[in-house]
Amino acid sequence: MTVTTSSRTTVGPRIKKTLLATAISATLAGAGLFATAAQAENTLRMAYDADPVSLDIHEQLSGGIMQLSHLLFDPLVRWDQSLNFEPRLATDWEQVDDTTMRMTLRDDVTFHSGNPFTAEDVVWTIERLKRSPDFKAIFDPIASAEVVDEHTVEINTVRPYPLLLNLATYIFPMDSEFYSGKAPDGDPKDEIVKNGNSYASTHVSGTGPYTVVERQQGVRTEFARNPDYWDDASPGNVDTLVLTPISENATRVAALLSGDVDFIAPVPPNDLERVRQSDDAKLVTMSGTRIIMLHMNQKRVEAFEDPRVRKAFAYAVNQEGIADRLMKGFATPAAQMSPESYVGHVDSLTPRYDVARAKELMAEAGYADGFEISMMSPNNRYVNDAKIAQAVAAMLARINVDVNLKTLPKAQYWGEFDNRAADMMLIGWHADTEDSANFHEYLTACPDADSGAGQYNAGNYCNPELDKLVMEANQEIDLEKRAEMLQQVEQTLYDDAAFVPLHWQDLAWASAVNAEIEPVLNVMNFPYLGDLVVHDNAE
Amino acid sequence: MIAFLIKRLFHALLVMFVISLIAFAIQDNLGDPIQQLVGQSVPESEREALREEFGLNDPFITQYLRFAGNALQLDFGYSYVFNQPTTEVIARHLPATLELVAAATFLIIALSIPIGVYSAIKPRAWLTRFFMSVSIVGISIPVFLTAIVLIQIFAIGISWAPFPADTGWGAWLNDVLSTEGGMPAYGRGDPVPVFGPWETNFSSLDGLKYLVLPAVSLASIMLPLFIRLIRAEMLEVLQSDYVKFARAKGISMRRIYFLHALKNTMLPVITVGGVQIGTLVAYTILTETVFQWPGMGLMFLNAIQRSDIPLIVTYLMIVGLIFVITNTLVDLIYGLVNPTVKLTGKPA
Repeated sequence: MTVTTSSRTTVGPRIKKTLLATAISATLAGAGLFATAAQAENTLRMAYDADPVSLDIHEQLSGGIMQLSHLLFDPLVRWDQSLNFEPRLATDWEQVDDTTMRMTLRDDVTFHSGNPFTAEDVVWTIERLKRSPDFKAIFDPIASAEVVDEHTVEINTVRPYPLLLNLATYIFPMDSEFYSGKAPDGDPKDEIVKNGNSYASTHVSGTGPYTVVERQQGVRTEFARNPDYWDDASPGNVDTLVLTPISENATRVAALLSGDVDFIAPVPPNDLERVRQSDDAKLVTMSGTRIIMLHMNQKRVEAFEDPRVRKAFAYAVNQEGIADRLMKGFATPAAQMSPESYVGHVDSLTPRYDVARAKELMAEAGYADGFEISMMSPNNRYVNDAKIAQAVAAMLARINVDVNLKTLPKAQYWGEFDNRAADMMLIGWHADTEDSANFHEYLTACPDADSGAGQYNAGNYCNPELDKLVMEANQEIDLEKRAEMLQQVEQTLYDDAAFVPLHWQDLAWASAVNAEIEPVLNVMNFPYLGDLVVHDNAE
Repeated sequence: MIAFLIKRLFHALLVMFVISLIAFAIQDNLGDPIQQLVGQSVPESEREALREEFGLNDPFITQYLRFAGNALQLDFGYSYVFNQPTTEVIARHLPATLELVAAATFLIIALSIPIGVYSAIKPRAWLTRFFMSVSIVGISIPVFLTAIVLIQIFAIGISWAPFPADTGWGAWLNDVLSTEGGMPAYGRGDPVPVFGPWETNFSSLDGLKYLVLPAVSLASIMLPLFIRLIRAEMLEVLQSDYVKFARAKGISMRRIYFLHALKNTMLPVITVGGVQIGTLVAYTILTETVFQWPGMGLMFLNAIQRSDIPLIVTYLMIVGLIFVITNTLVDLIYGLVNPTVKLTGKPA
């Protein structure tokens, strides 16, 4: 039997079905097999491509740390599969005035240390986030947090701020009592150290579904189910999780196919078919939210200042072709930055591939004979990144643009990117806030070293009106109005051909057939493993 | 002997000094470590503060002298990724690599000597032809391919059936071909702690099971080379006058082959072998990556990907040390096998 779930463009309906299926199978399992299931120890062995760098969840803002956060801690709210907010440690929230949100917290939660969870811990955690080098920028809009009573907290923002709930998905309350005081080496327990040992990087007390039993960094981490986990409604039945980082793609897949591990992520595109065909494994793919795109540097190439040239480039690139052939369908062709689930997404924007039109535009702009440019791309950061750049270079050759392509390992690439070392540079971006404005702020806003705006705008595209619009949108509490503003931003960027969009990189996971992974996966790629159901092997 | 060892000690220090200088000089090309330590949306001001804190903005000489000064006190700095002293990180990964190399070396010695000797004694036997053609193939297949093929056959298993299953003979042939796999595809399993950071795979059957595929892959690089080397040397020795003389005197063939000839065959083999053990350490990088064997090679590759410069520099220095040590041991053993060799270096 091969179970393959494929939800390419829409996540919604598919999910509802699987949720229902899970609910039914869980009930059946509960009724019939309860006695045996209660005794059986469920172990899930999983392999990711990397290991979280630290147990201190405020040390680095990365996918690995976020995945760890959802195991050891709980956020105030979290995203569900259709990008709606789901209450977790905060049960209720209301906007008191333009800049204040009051949140009601669960009152039956204890930390792993046994300390009760209170509003004090939320305030303490927010203050620590504002000190963390990696998180302080995204927590800038929060002015302060105050305890109202033991289970109520008020969060004040500097100005009206519509994304406070998005930020709340990053607030994983930490045990303030556990992390207070001095560690044996004399340093404060709550210090955040980037390189070096801190108390928080090796000791954890959260509210999450799992605790760390043993950790050998880079080799193996073992988690045990938290017996006092507050979420009784969670169907999760995995008692022990063993995480092994396997960075080599082929080995990770082999480990799954041979039954040495039960769950792997990511599945490399070259092996998708192999996993899909296997009787012992199942594959789940989703359209992702990470945009892959190319910047055209207007400061380095005069021609790029002409919107007709930029448009010609956009017309010359065949997004569908790259997604179909190069990515083997493992990508969703893009014409804008916002994926479908984001508020700024404009449905009418579709890839514009038309070589004849591209040639016309080049001729109109006076570049019928083309010109020569340099291009850089990483070769181990995004799926097939170097091949994508090669394909684009070949496509540009058809409008007489000669591309000198250089590809670099990611360790070296970002330095070159910061130096804007080539005329065209490839970048992939995932919005930390799951919001359209984030794309613009980092990728297309007028570069400003002081405010950090346009930090990754290697195209030097600059449209102050758009920046103003985004800033207004970020203070607009009326979410419908806000969405309109952000859609206007996308439309303008498209009309201006501010960059060359390529595709949203899809996500893929695979597991043994007895693990119900579909309901716990999401586009952020933070599997909610606390809710994972694993069936008895006997079935 | 003492003078020889002291000379080698200076040799080692010199090698490590040169390696550290080179490794330090190329660090700017290894990428920005700060990039690896922070998230994508971290502002430039924070990155600059970290760079300053790590001393990455200091001139090269200042950075090197600071490193060298600490290194003299055996402090090689902190790994950026592991947040631990690099020496501790390496000490934790070293046993896995040494065990893997030991197992591969054992396989090479146990197989290459009998096969090499046999194919020299019986150069025309069909078995010899078989060994020689297999070893040609072995030499030309890269180690990671060997490893992937081993995983496919022995860990995942082959499920494809090329023969018609409805005939008796076809079903039987398919059955012979198909295997359920069953060998572990990655990692060390649950090694047993011995002392300190040393955990061993040699103490249990389960541990050995994890060792087999990586050790076979690693051995596959050197094995054909050694078989051919031993065969060639043995053939030459068997042609020499003293063997002919011994044979004429009526000494048993067994005694001639395994006492007189083999001893002289092994001399050049030991020299080559010593150098190759160093190469074997280098090849562990490939093998360990494919099998996710948690040793120094895998650690080194990850360190390069994450621009963990202190760890890279320490690793290179330790590998340099291993080369010096193995070469010293080879010279000592050489002296034992052939007493006419003088260790002070002047030819006898």
